[in-house]
Order: sequence, then structure tokens, then C-alpha cells
Amino acid sequence: MDLFEYQARDMFEAHGVPVLAGKTATTPQDARAAAEEIGGGGVTVVKAQVKTGGRGKAGGVKVAKTPDEAQQYAEQILGMDIKGHTVGTVMIAQGADIAEEYYFSILLDRTNRRYLAMCSKEGGVEIEQLAVERPEALARVEVDPNVGVDEAKAKQIVEQAGFDAETGAKIVPVLQKLWEVYRDEDATLVEVNPLVKTGDGQIIALDGKVTLDGNADFRHPDHAALEDKAAADPLEAKAKEKHLNYVKLDGEVGIIGNGAGLVMSTLDVVAYAGEQYGVKPANFLDIGGGANAQVMADGLDVILGDDQVRAVFVNVFGGITACDEVANGIKGALEILGDNATKPLVVRLDGNNVNEGRAILNELNHPLVTQVDTMDGAAAKAAELARTK
Amino acid sequence: MSIFLNADSKIIVQGMTGGMGSKHTALMLEAGSNIVGGVNARKAGTTAEIGGKELPVFGTVKEAMEATGANVSVAFVPPQFAKDAAVEAIDAQIPLLVVITEGIPVKDTAEFYNYSIGKQTRIIGPNCPGIITPEESLAGITPHTIAGKGPIGLVSKSGTLTYQMMYELRDFGFTTAIGIGGDPVIGTTHIDALEAFEADPDTKAIVMIGEIGGDAEERAAAYIKEHVTKPVVGYVAGFTAPEGKTMGHAGAIVSGSSGTAAAKKEALEAAGVKVGKTPSETAALMREIISSLPQ
Repeated sequence: MDLFEYQARDMFEAHGVPVLAGKTATTPQDARAAAEEIGGGGVTVVKAQVKTGGRGKAGGVKVAKTPDEAQQYAEQILGMDIKGHTVGTVMIAQGADIAEEYYFSILLDRTNRRYLAMCSKEGGVEIEQLAVERPEALARVEVDPNVGVDEAKAKQIVEQAGFDAETGAKIVPVLQKLWEVYRDEDATLVEVNPLVKTGDGQIIALDGKVTLDGNADFRHPDHAALEDKAAADPLEAKAKEKHLNYVKLDGEVGIIGNGAGLVMSTLDVVAYAGEQYGVKPANFLDIGGGANAQVMADGLDVILGDDQVRAVFVNVFGGITACDEVANGIKGALEILGDNATKPLVVRLDGNNVNEGRAILNELNHPLVTQVDTMDGAAAKAAELARTK
Repeated sequence: MSIFLNADSKIIVQGMTGGMGSKHTALMLEAGSNIVGGVNARKAGTTAEIGGKELPVFGTVKEAMEATGANVSVAFVPPQFAKDAAVEAIDAQIPLLVVITEGIPVKDTAEFYNYSIGKQTRIIGPNCPGIITPEESLAGITPHTIAGKGPIGLVSKSGTLTYQMMYELRDFGFTTAIGIGGDPVIGTTHIDALEAFEADPDTKAIVMIGEIGGDAEERAAAYIKEHVTKPVVGYVAGFTAPEGKTMGHAGAIVSGSSGTAAAKKEALEAAGVKVGKTPSETAALMREIISSLPQ
């Protein structure tokens, strides 16, 4: 889960990372009140809260000299579209006297199965661009997950980034605090861009980006509150309630399968088959190993709730759960759904007890169900049934 | 021959007395695995009857190894306890640890994987179906009934695609099929398995299944080009996956231009690997290769 800047700011503050005062607002009036409170009548910055980069260029960050101006800017920014993200919240932040801008991040490095710290004296710019154009300006330092960014490691990072001794000494404790955020919150990314030095020599995290690991939610009950429920797709929210692994896509062929790899593969096969019929896969839905009637019914229920869906492809490989159990699951799901099952289902069963499974569905002889023996053939059939041309 | 696991492997199960653990211990016994005991600190000294066999329960991996000579552990413990279980197995110097558990925080995996570096333990997983050497031993959850022994080595990020591919090629059979898991950090990689299959005289050809996310397939392609002389057929799942959406596996996400299926396919093809568009096309490519091999 990616956090909004204001959520990252709050998290930083809770871990002792130096940040500026900031307050969110969802209306221009609230923005004015926040500016009065934070800026004391003076300069504040109105910042669009969106989970994408380039908001400055898009006009989503404005320096307001007075609370009146903060209100005007909030009026402009709220509701603005930035790269497909609608701005619903602004953060009113204290103005800063910026002398220099730096960059720091720590992230999971999959390739090396460790963490990677990156730091540069040239912050405030697109870091991807800097990494390509002037790689020597970006220090990259490996971090052992079992050691982390201790004082020695933080010193190595600032040294490699080329900071002078005085500035470096001020940055070192901030990097250690940012490491604590990374470690204690189970983040996979903590990025500060820019990390600034103010006119009076203080180091402050001016803008932060944090990505949290959902697998670690069990030890962070507080992370649930950080979720952006307003932005969640209603079908995805419904699926999540039922503990289904569902991702909404833009297409006409609903997909249910067991196992992430097989479902991904099913999306591909349907996309290929759908080219000639003008249709695409409508979703990713992995029902896992179980595939009993209730799970199948819940899955179908979510998919049939997608108005764009015109046909559903159920692609199951019977492994631990044999095909006859899966077939009974489909049968049971159709009974549970009753008249709510309205769209054709193409079912492909293969694997353990495949003959028994197919026999159950043949006997059921349900008007909506078509069985096809192969994955490719079934994908073609489902695409044809969903055809738009 | 086989890789990493054979009929002589002595297996213990961490979390054997739990729901998943006991169910799959029974299935492993059915597959012919030599299961010699389980580990559960709270039930040390007792026995558990699974699949008609009395299995001793030990307090620690170390005790279990000392008492039974076990050289493989399969872990079914819940995500909260997975790191401790892995560290315990690594400290006991078990040669092979298979972590089936799904949903482990990546920080925990990064910690126990890095802890294992330079020690005696090879880790497979986490979030994987484990490893099967058909007709000899199963350390994991792969259905043993899908396919028998044969000349193909298989390595895959995905469990069900492993099953699917074994099923499609069941008339040929496998030396060993290994599911390495779809998490961002895993122990044994595609490259480790490729290296082992290359060295295994009974493996005549290799199927490698990848999916979106990370650059493991690209690195495997570079390795194949340099070091693998046996024919390799590849498949990559997730061509149609949109950017920024996690497709089931924590590691299966396309971010920016990296991790796309197209880039992986291209890298593999540049290394001389034939890549199928679908699982069945991939199986057909392997069929051709096996048929053309000298008997």
C-alpha cells in the first residue's frame, strides 16, 4: 500500500524524523483555517495529495503568502486531475526556507535480496532521470536487513553521496530515523525527496513517500486506517470483504481460477482469444486451493456484479482439490446464486479426477454452463460468448 | 537422478500437527516421502498419527535431526512464526528447508534469507508448492499423482502452473519439479535450479516458468546463455497485466518499465530459449524437443 504524503509525514513525525507542520483539508474553507493555524497568517504551501509523481509540474503545489491565497489555491487544486488521480485532499504545510535540496531513499532490492539505500546531494528532481543522466551523483549503498542503517552505515551513505563533514553529520541521525520508519512499519520503500537543509542549517524531510507491506498487516493493526477507502473500486472492496484475491480490469470476460500463476496465464490466453471478438479479460480472481461451493459462489457473485462482464471463464486445475470437488463447488454456487446467475459460464477442468468432475457438470446440464476440455479452447469459447463484434 | 531431493531424503515437518501440516504430511507419505517426524515445541515427546503412521514430535529441529538423521524440513507454520521457524532450521544446519507458508512479511524473509547466507541450509520458497522428485519423494504440496519420473526438469515461480505443465507433459515425466515461489524475496532461484538441472545427468531438457515482476527471468536468461547446454523451454505469465496492480503473488507486479512479461520473453529468446505464448504451446515446444533427442 502506498501512502499519501501527509500520511508519510505523520509517520515520519511519530518516529522522530524532522518534518514541518502540516494539516490536511478537503474544502477551501478548511484550507484557509489550516493556513491560519499553521502559517500564523504568513506563508504556507498548498500541496495536492495524490499517489503519483509530477504534481508540481501539474500545478498541484502552490506557495500561498496569506490564508486568503491558501484558500484560493485550495479551490483550484481540489478536484484537479493529476495523471488520472482526482485530488480530494490538500495538505497545508508550513513554508520552508530552503537552502539546499537532497535525496534519500531506502527500498527492497529484489535482485540482491537485500535493501538498497540511495542518496544524492542533488534532490528535488526526478530521481529516475538523475540515475540515468548522472549516475555518479547518486550514491547506492547495500543494506544488510539484519543490520540496517546504523550509525556506521549512515556515515558511509553520506560519505558516498559526497556531503561535507558538517552537513553529513547533521544528516546521519535523520537517516537512522528514516531506517526506523522502514523497519518498524514494515515498509518496502521510504523515500524523501527533497530532504532539505534550511537557511539556518536544519535538515528536514519535506516530502515523503512510503510503501507498506500488506503481508505485515497482522502486526500493524493501525495500518488499516491508512487505506484510501474512497478510491477503492467497489467490486474490489466487496471481494476483499470476502477474502478473495480480486483485481478489477477493463474487459468483458470474467475470470475465475485457482493459483495466481494460472489465473495470470488465463488472462493472457483470454486476451489473445479475445482479439478477434473485440473483448478482453474483466478481472483477476484467484480462489486459491479450496474452490468449495461458497468460495465459488462468492467469486461468481463479485464477477457478475461487474456490468461490463458478458461471459465468465472458470479455469481450474484440480491439484490437492480434485476436479469432482470443484465441479460440486460450481454446482453448489449456481444453487446459491439461483436467479442471480445470469451470464454464460465456460468451465475448463483438468487434473485430478477430471472425468468425475466433468461428469458432474454434464449431469447438471445447466443452461448457462458450457464445458470445454482445454484452456485455449475454453478461452476462445468464453471470448466468443462475450463478443462485442 | 534428481536435484535437491531423492528417495533417501529424510523429512521432518515444522508445523506438522497443524491443519495444513497434518493434511499435507499425509499426502507426502502417500507420495512415498520418508517423513521421520515433526517439530512442535508445545507437543515435544508426543507422537502424532498421520496417514496410518506414528510420527514422533520433537521440541526443536536440532533434536529432530539428532534423533532421526533428517536432512530436509518442510515448514507449514503460520506467517507470524515463519521467520523463527526458518532461523531455527538454519541454526540446526538442516541441508534443505522448504517454506510453504504464504503471506510472510518480506522483511522477515529478507532477514532469514540473509541469515542463511554462508550457512549450510538451502531454502526453497517461501510461498511455494515445494519440490517433487516423482516416484521418490515429495517435500511440499504438489499433487504426486500428476506425473511420474522422466527426463524433464521443471522450475517455476507458480504452483498451479507447475501442476498444469506437469499434467501437459505427464507422458514424458520429470526428474524433479521445483516451485520456487512468487514472493519478492525467495531462497532458491531459477538460476540455482538451472545449475542443478544442468549438472543432473538424467535431466535432458528443462522447462522454466516465470511471471511478471522483478528481473529473475532476465538474469536466468543471461545464465542460460553462458552456462546451460541442455535445451530450455520457457513460459512467462502476465502479458496482459496492467502496471501497478499486484496479480496475486506479492512479487507479481509490473512497476514502470521493469518486470514486464514481454521484456522477460525477449531476454529468454535472446538466450536461445524457446518461449511459448500459452502453457499448452510451451508444452508442445517441449514435446518437439524431447521427441528429437537421441534415445
